Amino acid sequence: MFGETTYLDNGAATRLDERVLEAMRPYYFDTYAVATSEFGYSVGITAREALDEARAALAAELGGRPNEFIFTSGSTESSNTAVKGVAMALAEKKGRHLVTSKIEDFPVLNSARALERQGYRVTYLAPDGDGRIDPEAVRAALEPDTALVSIQHANQEIGTVQDIAAIGAVCREAGVVFHSDATHTFTRVPLDVGRVPVDLVTVSAHTIHGPRGVGGLYVRKGTPLRKWMDGGFQEFDLRAGVEDIAGAAGFAAAAALITQEETDHIQAMRDRVIERALAEIPYTMLNGHRTERTPQNANITFHYVEGESITLQLDMRGFAVSTGSACFSKSLEASHVIMGIGGDHERAHGSVRFTFGRYNVMEDADRIIDNIAEVVAQLRAISPLYPGKEQA
Amino acid sequence: MTPFPYNEIVLEHFRNPRNVGKMENPDGKATEGSPACGDMVAVYLKVNEENKVIEDIKFESYGCASNIATGSIITELAKGKTLEEAKKITWKEASEALGGLPALKAHCSVLAVEGLRSAVRDYEERHGLVTERVPTTLETLHKRLKHVMNPLCGLDVVRTDLVKSLTLEDGAVKVEIALPADHQFAAVVKEDIKDKIEPLWDIKDVVVEFVGE
Repeated sequence: MFGETTYLDNGAATRLDERVLEAMRPYYFDTYAVATSEFGYSVGITAREALDEARAALAAELGGRPNEFIFTSGSTESSNTAVKGVAMALAEKKGRHLVTSKIEDFPVLNSARALERQGYRVTYLAPDGDGRIDPEAVRAALEPDTALVSIQHANQEIGTVQDIAAIGAVCREAGVVFHSDATHTFTRVPLDVGRVPVDLVTVSAHTIHGPRGVGGLYVRKGTPLRKWMDGGFQEFDLRAGVEDIAGAAGFAAAAALITQEETDHIQAMRDRVIERALAEIPYTMLNGHRTERTPQNANITFHYVEGESITLQLDMRGFAVSTGSACFSKSLEASHVIMGIGGDHERAHGSVRFTFGRYNVMEDADRIIDNIAEVVAQLRAISPLYPGKEQA
Repeated sequence: MTPFPYNEIVLEHFRNPRNVGKMENPDGKATEGSPACGDMVAVYLKVNEENKVIEDIKFESYGCASNIATGSIITELAKGKTLEEAKKITWKEASEALGGLPALKAHCSVLAVEGLRSAVRDYEERHGLVTERVPTTLETLHKRLKHVMNPLCGLDVVRTDLVKSLTLEDGAVKVEIALPADHQFAAVVKEDIKDKIEPLWDIKDVVVEFVGE
């Protein structure tokens, strides 16, 4: 880790696993040729075989076929390709209306906003207080010209997992293409495209101890998708550019290293943080659904204090966490997710996200709570909003 | 070099803020900002009535590191100064005393300076130091309410239609606020309104009622 730092921001980025690096190394130093066709030269054919193997493994992870998975540069590109690609492909044939949610991550949210500026209409569904989207609300939002529904599998900040099987069924019944951003669930929360009627799925290596800058998009066979970056004919003519074979091999290796045992352990650390924080620190609340949430995510609001002050104090004590406070963000805007689930600014400002990964141990969960209890008490002691001061 | 966007002086004040806490029976006090803008500062003064020197000053902060650090430094700068001198302390001086603040965080730190100025004005009003005695009108009250923040969205209570009604009769003010009485911020809003209006020389009573659902 970073010397003494206890890293609890695995939802943002994860440490690369050495075994992943080893899986990538040959494609930098030995088989560094581009992936050629079967009529190319032999090292190029070997490279292509490695790419195909990684593709097949990742497609299988989602229950899809090898020719239904394309590599991208990460979640952002995958979701841009899905949302804009379908919208452009169906603009004339189906129409210019999209349905998504208010709490999507920025690649989907800002792709939708960009399309709005080009004359598309977008319905942004409001989730309930736990962050869940009602499949019936999706049904009610569909219009004759709806080209795409994009609802995330799980939320980036509060971890709430959506019932995408039910949402997908609504879309399938209406004949509408359905995309889901699974960046925060891939390999940790089961998703089988054989059972879930989803047409496009965004995944990424950076959240599963794989390399950064490598992602993927599952594209169900027959899904209308317009290629939007011009260039060569790579990735079934859906994504131009020289393939990152080391990245693809690293992504597949990272996915293969995830085990149920590890995910259970991560979930146990998450539960320890949630249970101790709510039980031991007054004026706290959990953000997101208590059980329908990703195994790695705990998100708690500590009322009457501001998140940037918490994260800075924790940083000085050797912990890395993130917050939905406006002060923490580059945009100086409070979390659109906390506001989207009906929270106010104060709840967003005091929210702290803890996300666990492979390199955390149970002691980290206990130490972060011990420390945050002290930090929050200190900050509340100087907060003009804190009502419990007299007793303290 | 610290890896933080703040320098060592700022971090030191953030970790160990000076003159922090509530003050019992302050001679002057003010609150600036709101939870919605992410920053809030309360400033309390004890003033020597003879020479108008600030003998004690305390602050409270709900905010980020630069808000807390500026609150801390502003109390150090103001302590021992006369009200006239304290009024003239600028954000630039506070920022310089801290060795500089990130530009992005300027708005968070300005609040502390405004808090000090408002606390001085509060003292002056409560102690009859404001010489021109213009009778308070509904317009005056309206202007004051524009400095009370609606914690729900970061704008003032007037602009966000939280003020359901406002009456003034024989120095008695009644304000109706469209929030439920048990709302999380009801007490804060009530206190803020009273703080902003009570010091007016001809106001005898301020009643705040919550009429929201």
